Amino acid sequence: MQQTAATHCRPVLVFPERPVTLFVQCLADSLYPDVKKAVEKIFDRLGIDVICPKDQTCCGQPAFNAGYRKEAGKTAARFIEIFGNAETIVCPSGSCVNMVRHHYPLLFKNDPKYHAKAVDLGRRIFELTEFLVDVLTVTDLGAAFSGRVTYHDSCHLLRGLSVRTQPRRLIQNVKGVVLVEMKDSDRCCGFGGSFFLKYPDISRAMAADKVRNIVDSGADVVVGCDMGCLMRIQKQLIRIGSDIKTLHIAQLLTMAG
Amino acid sequence: MQSYIDEAEKAISNPVLQTALANLQERLGKGAAAAYRNLPEGPGLRLKAHDIRMQAINSLDVLLETLAERVEKNGGEVIFADDAAAAVSACREIARKHGVRAVVKGKSMVSDEIGLNDALSADGIEVTETDLGEYIIQLAAEHPSHIIAPAIHKTRDEIGTLFTEKLGISYTNDPPTLTREARKSLREKFLAADMGITGCNLACSETGHIALLSNEGNIRMSTTLPRVHVAIMGMERVAATLSDHDILLRLLARGAAGQKMAGYVSHISGPRQPGHADGPDHYYLIILDNGRSRILADERFREILCCIRCGGCLNVCPVYAKIGGHAYGATYCGPVGAVVTPLLSGVGRFSHLCQGETLCGACKDACPVNIDIPRMLLELRSMLADGDASWQVRRNSLLEKAGWMIWSWMMQDRRRYEIGVKLMKRIFP
Ligand code: SF4
Repeated sequence: MQQTAATHCRPVLVFPERPVTLFVQCLADSLYPDVKKAVEKIFDRLGIDVICPKDQTCCGQPAFNAGYRKEAGKTAARFIEIFGNAETIVCPSGSCVNMVRHHYPLLFKNDPKYHAKAVDLGRRIFELTEFLVDVLTVTDLGAAFSGRVTYHDSCHLLRGLSVRTQPRRLIQNVKGVVLVEMKDSDRCCGFGGSFFLKYPDISRAMAADKVRNIVDSGADVVVGCDMGCLMRIQKQLIRIGSDIKTLHIAQLLTMAG
Repeated sequence: MQSYIDEAEKAISNPVLQTALANLQERLGKGAAAAYRNLPEGPGLRLKAHDIRMQAINSLDVLLETLAERVEKNGGEVIFADDAAAAVSACREIARKHGVRAVVKGKSMVSDEIGLNDALSADGIEVTETDLGEYIIQLAAEHPSHIIAPAIHKTRDEIGTLFTEKLGISYTNDPPTLTREARKSLREKFLAADMGITGCNLACSETGHIALLSNEGNIRMSTTLPRVHVAIMGMERVAATLSDHDILLRLLARGAAGQKMAGYVSHISGPRQPGHADGPDHYYLIILDNGRSRILADERFREILCCIRCGGCLNVCPVYAKIGGHAYGATYCGPVGAVVTPLLSGVGRFSHLCQGETLCGACKDACPVNIDIPRMLLELRSMLADGDASWQVRRNSLLEKAGWMIWSWMMQDRRRYEIGVKLMKRIFP
């Protein structure tokens, strides 16, 4: 599909597409149900059916990043069982998609049963903004929000999936939003999964740098594409008593004036 | 090893160090990124350089043999040292043979790795570091905290006090004055030295020469004034051809300091030949293994041998920016140190190094040879999680293992998962 000016209009009826399957990401699923609702609302507006497998849990990333590959592998195998037959999977977290796309093949490199499936799955799973902009060529969801917004580039989304411009285009097309870039938007926020629990002082120092840049940007809201990072940033914002809000991009994209 | 956490905390609560590290990254880290963008061949040259390095590493035995032959043909002597002790004793032996009483040194991380200075000093030899940063560190009896900027953790006030104490000058914290004083005292050392010891940025197998980069000119003096020159290189530091060598040096200067080329580049292929205006009478090249063969033998980690020690990854790492170099507790710090230090000095002993990182991937993008450091950090973590007999690594923590087993069990079932979520909400409301 070619990117045309027409996609900047509200694309509600343009995509009588086949349904997408939603992988919610355990963090959003468990701690931030609003994010899940927002993602569903986005697809609802686009007229695309969403399938959300009831028994989904986690992609296995936390264990994999901590080095526990057997445990990660078991969880990943289950993920493949659940999502293996889905045509298109969309997930509102870059690091989970990065896990499936780039680490599953490694995790199953000696497992003939799952390796081919893992590689195949990697081609059919998309991060939300990547899917909207690159696959559906939607850059305007008709949302409205008045305020200054700054965008944090999550590490795995940016460096693992090379997604940099997609979220920014979506944000810029929200009516009333002024996108202000913070300094070093691509610098790690200090979350790093279990790093944040194991090395809290280092994590906090990193988050403090991130939050200083957010504050200096003059934004009212910081938007990201991964709840892990946003959770870390939010914690630090609260710590310094800032009233800057954190929003997942799906939440911003479903705001109506 | 609690010290990683303790030292990290110390660094974090030192505002002067924090500013110094932030400035370093702002200048060098961003400078390198800009320098890659402006490469005539485009930033893709980093990927080509990765291939060049990988190929060299895969044929290391042949390249080193050729290198040694060429050096010997040029009148130099080559010594293969299996470990730190062998390299140190070779140096001591050379010094004894030539009646060396004073040594001037160019910056060399490998010499720090093998603990050379202490060994020579114990033999009654006066050893002087001639790189300004290293000189400061030596006067202060400390260790470098950055591969390229070893004294980055020291303020100019501290350096002023140090120089007053050690060089007997009146106190000043004015950098140009301090540099002048250092230069004055170093000049005497250069003229009096019998032996120069340097590292090697990169050797070239095809030509048999080594290249040394500096921005202070001290390397040139260390390699030409004394009667004897000893260069020590890690065995991985060799390029196959002159054109590979050229690409790598250009990337090295960019990665290290965002420069097109360092201020001084010395190409050294042997001792002074008849008709040469200067140069040493004797030239030795020590090629050090010290654990590198073991890395070479392991497919998972071989890639780290591509490293040309530019320090570029330190200049972008958000963890290094907070904890500084000393927290790593070893010669090699930062992202490269997080991989190479455990492999050289014990995965179990340095377990914090590969765990105390966020896997953000900035290091890979900053690396002139595009080394996938996060991938290897993950491999190291997996060694620690379940133990690894081939590296004599024991499981890091049984408790942690049990924790992840329970986690995994909970993730196998939606109902169990929901119970877990409820628990988590209690812990992190
Ligand atoms: S890993 Fe890459 S960036 Fe880091 S020191 Fe080595 S060559 Fe330089």
